[in-house]
Amino acid sequence: MPHRDYRPVLMRVFRSGGLSHHHKAGWLMAGPAVFLVAMFLILPFFMAFGFSLTNQRLFSPKPTQYVGLDNFKRMLGVSYLILEPERDTQTGTILIDEDGAPVYPRLRTYTRNNPDYPHLDRMREWISFDLSEDRRLYLLARDVIFMKAFVITVTFVLVTAPLQAGLALLLALLINQPLRGINVFRTMYFMPVVIAMVVVSMLWRFIYDGQDGLLNSLLGFMSFGLFEPVDWLGNTETALGSIIAMSVWQGVGFHMVIWLAGLQTISPHLYEAAHLEGANRWQTFFYVTWPGLRNTAILVMVIITMQSFRLFPQVAVMTGGGPLDSTQSLVFQMVERGYGKQDIAEGSAISVFLFLFVLLVSLGQRYLVRER
Amino acid sequence: MSRLRLAQLLVRYTLLVWVAIIFVFPIIFMVVSSLKPDLQLLRDTASLRAFLPIGDISLDNYHKAFARVPIALFIGNSVFITATTLVCSLFLCSLAAFSFVFLQWWGRAVILSIILATFIVPFETIAIPLLMIVNELPWIGLEGLTFGWLNSYHVQIVPFLADALTIFLFVQYFRDLPRELVEAARIDGANWFHVYWHVILPLSGPIIATAAILKFLIMYNDQFLWPIMVAQEEQYRPIMVGLMYFFQLNVPWGEIMAYLSIITVPVLAFYLSLQRAFIQSVASTGIKE
Repeated sequence: MPHRDYRPVLMRVFRSGGLSHHHKAGWLMAGPAVFLVAMFLILPFFMAFGFSLTNQRLFSPKPTQYVGLDNFKRMLGVSYLILEPERDTQTGTILIDEDGAPVYPRLRTYTRNNPDYPHLDRMREWISFDLSEDRRLYLLARDVIFMKAFVITVTFVLVTAPLQAGLALLLALLINQPLRGINVFRTMYFMPVVIAMVVVSMLWRFIYDGQDGLLNSLLGFMSFGLFEPVDWLGNTETALGSIIAMSVWQGVGFHMVIWLAGLQTISPHLYEAAHLEGANRWQTFFYVTWPGLRNTAILVMVIITMQSFRLFPQVAVMTGGGPLDSTQSLVFQMVERGYGKQDIAEGSAISVFLFLFVLLVSLGQRYLVRER
Repeated sequence: MSRLRLAQLLVRYTLLVWVAIIFVFPIIFMVVSSLKPDLQLLRDTASLRAFLPIGDISLDNYHKAFARVPIALFIGNSVFITATTLVCSLFLCSLAAFSFVFLQWWGRAVILSIILATFIVPFETIAIPLLMIVNELPWIGLEGLTFGWLNSYHVQIVPFLADALTIFLFVQYFRDLPRELVEAARIDGANWFHVYWHVILPLSGPIIATAAILKFLIMYNDQFLWPIMVAQEEQYRPIMVGLMYFFQLNVPWGEIMAYLSIITVPVLAFYLSLQRAFIQSVASTGIKE
């Protein structure tokens, strides 16, 4: 066997951090943090996936069983049913109740042990509306509260993200002017950011209060008593909007600062050039400022989206999901089930769903704003 | 100055002031209301007096709130938990970042990218399994070996000692430092910890301030869901969870506003005295990708 020169190989190993480098010191120094992240972030992350496929409870006499995707099937099970009103058996005319509305057959007759509709078994009404005078569409769900929480969370994100990002940009433009004392205003706009969301929620509960609330009083004062007091958080139409307004108030300063950092990276020479070319203010914004903010815009949208999906303290402090489930959220339901009812499996299933959905949305956002 | 320019300035400042009112007045309302007796408080909301500390001003609400629940204990708990986590996590995370950036060891690139990837996992999604984990873990304390971490200080501290954001901030900062500093110290025979402690840390003032402010806000302000789940006993309750229970006692608004002010005013004072650093630290999460 011919002698082989191993020195080049050894040199490569050596250079790539192989033999005599700082394994021991490196591991000793990074070890504690790596261990903590593995133990308290990565391990529970994978456990959530594991639990979501079982019927695990916090304390249970029964052994834990693998149930496959049952938790997800139950959560996401939706279907629909179109019904026609009941008719008089002799004349065939539509039966009308006291309020003059047509009488529809009871849903329970379809969703409880009806052999003709096995796929609807144990479903409940989620939403229903009239298609025409004698046809009514029922959307059914196996887990109505979850579906509501999901739709409300998505609505919250869809409204909050653009609203907060847009207002934050306006504030950043406002604060980016070379005016005397502008830092004082920046300091004030940022103030709510350093206040805890729990505190803000409690404060705004008072402001929104239906009887003694500041908002009603001020609106009444400014309209000379014409304004009718509204129970902002106690009304299904206003509750979610009130939570959105408050969340934007608290968080907009944070994103203003990020926009501001982006604005200050744009070279002043570009503005000079635009000025020399005779561009007006709108043209300057659309051809100089906005293109320069591209990366900042991506960052702001990604951060806001991730933050808004975590909608929880506002709901826990202000409404508890009500009135009539109009302010439910995914995280609130996760806590209600996983902690409140100690149903670890269902709580984990919601966690996994939330994570996958947030991941999907972030990937979608990245795809939409990719470099073309 | 031309008249047009003056008018323009006036419009701009008016706009700035109106926006400032929206952000600041609710906070003023909170503090001012905490000083008023309940009857006057409710009467005053109907006018601009709501924002003025006039009338029957006193610290009565504070006395009553303190008498009702052990607020001092809750503040102490929050301060202890926040301070301990802050100091330990800055140390552990900067040490790890130092190792990731300056030392050569097997697997460091992969491990660093796995840690940074945890950034996209919202804490809420791991809270339930984490509860299961800490419910089983052993701990050696004053009472010897015990199992299960529920209702303790360490359950509110240890899981937050290492996080992707803090490690990321230090890694970013260390990468911009000249490597020659480290190499020179090594040639002089300094061991790695010596290099970290005496060469790198003294240069890391700005990033320590940034990381400390962010971690402070996260620990003091945002810790809510976790302590609700793991610290039911009053003895270990932090101030935000204490607020939840306080509110459920059906207390008058004046006292609640007092409680809110107790939580908030120190943070606001801290912010106002270091506002540049606060705003800088938020901006720094944005500048670097």
